[in-house]
Amino acid sequence: MRRRIRARVSAAWWAALGAVGLPRSRWDALDRGVRRAVKAAVWVAISLVLVALFGVWRTSALAIAAIVLLLVVPRWSRLTVRGWHVGKWVAPLAVLALAASYPYYVNHMPEIPLFGPFPQLSTLVVMTVFTMMALGLNFVVGYAGLLDLGYVAFYAMGAYMAGWFASGQFAKQNVNIGAVGLYEGATGFHFSIWLVLVMAGIATAVVGVIIGLPTLRLRGDYLAIVTLGFGEILPQIARNGDHLFGTNFNLTNGTGGITPIDGPGFGNWLDQHFHLPANFLTAGNLDSVFLWTGLGLVLITVFCSARLRDSRIGRAWIAIREDETAAAAMGVPLMRTKTWSYATGAFFGGVAGAFYASYKSGAFPDDFFFQISVFILCMVILGGMGNIWGVIFGACFLTYLDREGLSNIGTQINDQFGITLDVPKYEFGIFGIIIVVVMLFRPEGLIPSSRRAAELHEGVHDEPLYDHEIAGA
Amino acid sequence: MPLIAALLLLGLLFLLAKNIQHNGFAYFATISFIGLTNGAVYALVALGYTLVYGILELINFAHGDVFMLGGMISATMLISSSVFGLKEGASTSALIPALLVSLVVAMVGCGLINASIEFVAYRPLRGAPRLAPLITAIGMSFILQNVAIAWKGPGYTAIPNVLPHGNVFSIHGVVYTWEKLIVVLVTIPVLVGLMWLVLKTRQGKAMRAAAQDRDAAAMMGINVNRTISFTFLIAGALAGAAGLLYALYFGQVRYDTGFQLGLIAFTAAVLGGIGNLPGAVLGALSIGFIQAYNEGLTWHMPGSDWTQSIVFSILILILVFRPEGLLGERTPEGA
Repeated sequence: MRRRIRARVSAAWWAALGAVGLPRSRWDALDRGVRRAVKAAVWVAISLVLVALFGVWRTSALAIAAIVLLLVVPRWSRLTVRGWHVGKWVAPLAVLALAASYPYYVNHMPEIPLFGPFPQLSTLVVMTVFTMMALGLNFVVGYAGLLDLGYVAFYAMGAYMAGWFASGQFAKQNVNIGAVGLYEGATGFHFSIWLVLVMAGIATAVVGVIIGLPTLRLRGDYLAIVTLGFGEILPQIARNGDHLFGTNFNLTNGTGGITPIDGPGFGNWLDQHFHLPANFLTAGNLDSVFLWTGLGLVLITVFCSARLRDSRIGRAWIAIREDETAAAAMGVPLMRTKTWSYATGAFFGGVAGAFYASYKSGAFPDDFFFQISVFILCMVILGGMGNIWGVIFGACFLTYLDREGLSNIGTQINDQFGITLDVPKYEFGIFGIIIVVVMLFRPEGLIPSSRRAAELHEGVHDEPLYDHEIAGA
Repeated sequence: MPLIAALLLLGLLFLLAKNIQHNGFAYFATISFIGLTNGAVYALVALGYTLVYGILELINFAHGDVFMLGGMISATMLISSSVFGLKEGASTSALIPALLVSLVVAMVGCGLINASIEFVAYRPLRGAPRLAPLITAIGMSFILQNVAIAWKGPGYTAIPNVLPHGNVFSIHGVVYTWEKLIVVLVTIPVLVGLMWLVLKTRQGKAMRAAAQDRDAAAMMGINVNRTISFTFLIAGALAGAAGLLYALYFGQVRYDTGFQLGLIAFTAAVLGGIGNLPGAVLGALSIGFIQAYNEGLTWHMPGSDWTQSIVFSILILILVFRPEGLLGERTPEGA
């Protein structure tokens, strides 16, 4: 149906242009570069007009337009220097540079129609956290094709690792390994957050293996439900963990959560000699340093995602996703491969959870509920399962909607139509609609990986023949 | 493996015996009646999961939310002054027609909701990989919850206790109240009717045939799509009945009631052997008793803080060690 609509719109469009004297044949005869430039210029012009009409005009809108044109029009991806294919680095580096310099220009940006002002810095920090988690989930859902509905358990595990090893939770102990910003006579475990991030990742990966070993034998939908079960059990342990089984051992401080958690930092020596912030939480540009740290972590995650995808194990994951039986017949060890994908996904979930806990300076059991699992899943689905760019886009966009976008859009709609609709209240309903619409009309996501798209459209071989006929009818 | 299961069972029996000794038999029996009532409500929801899974091999994630909407429809029917406007201590002559009409409305409404969910969200995905409809099911579940938020707000909708309170009997401290009896009295005819429908009617035969082999059923001239729609209709109607009973018995409904109870009911369906109708009832009763004993008995029991974890642990253990459930047969899906 989608294809039919698109064809009709396209035909109408060309008919209209033909009537003005620009038939399709003339357009097709143009050079590819020219067509690209014209297309980009038209889109940029449309957005400029929209900003001028409905948004708040600032001169920086022109700067954005210039940057967009500069990035889109030349075929950067074809660029080679002395046989080195440097072109493929242009887009990632440009995005990275734009993100890293965000603190310097965020206050000079125009208001966008419908979306309102650009997101704040703190939202960008949360975006990096959720990008990491979405990329982690992408190992499981996107690469290995296993539906994990309990990813929030890994997030919780990471956050509580930070809570245990970088706060005063265990007051009887007193261990300090490179932690920053402690007051005199602090008790409890205080490890440096850099160390805690690694520890959280490893501990969460171990939890992932423990959860995975018995359950990964199950097929698709059963696995989804079992992971959901774990995703509900671990937060319940966190909630009730201040009096585990009648003992008075306080593991998680119950519903109060563990707070405060130490911030990351480089310590006084590095601060004096290299001007690296001694303690992020007391730094003047708190959000900026967290953003740069988050970007660094995302870079590591992206690097691992891309390299693992193309590695032996990554190819094994994709083989399992496409046809488990064939993969097993070709000698792929199913259980080990699946467990690795689970553990890898859990690792990044744990790191992200610990980082977020350190940013929020607390781990609270109320943050870990089923909706978060679906929220992260929604990012992966919306962006495009198995595609790194898609997942990053999905994570950033949905985090933006969650933190600011929905309330901004809601306010604008309410002002425009004179109604009082509390849009953020229906946040998860909107995510539900996104999930259903994407799965029905574009199951491969907005930025698909071509392989996954082919699979989702042609179906996999073990589907009964009868079903295909129904779907086509 | 049988040895471990036997040991586990012995341990549980010991725990139960110790608790009976600790709390007294009368208290234990009263708690058991609570378990029976819970189990009856769970059974109605679990049957919906099992019916749909049997025919489509799909976990209808939105089923619990259909049940929740059923509760809200019933609440509106019963307490809204423009419909019946029942208040606490209503007379029997006002109560019975109100209950019957509400039951019918809730069943029909939920059946239609469930069938339309199938039409919108699952039917277009028949050819897609198995996980695709499961993902849309989660989306539908969220949408229904937000429909409920839009309709009734994010807080609890309270339903006054309109059922008669008196005791059916009270022998040596074993108390059985009317409200519990009414839940069972509504459940049993619905269950019998369902059994009759599935086992004795032409439509039921079509359902069983489609569940066994959709292709072969289609070749025998069964309209498979219509049969699937009908199955969703029936499953929704059961959820509607459960919604009414839940609203009456527990006295409050909220948008996320269905999610929690749906997971419990799904566990019940898996415990009994998914796709197996008597199994779902057995599983639901077991879960009902387990929950009641866990929350009611006091000798070294984890208590209500842990009910959810216990239920999920059962689910995980069953899926890992005996995916065919208590009564089900071993299927390729389970392996």
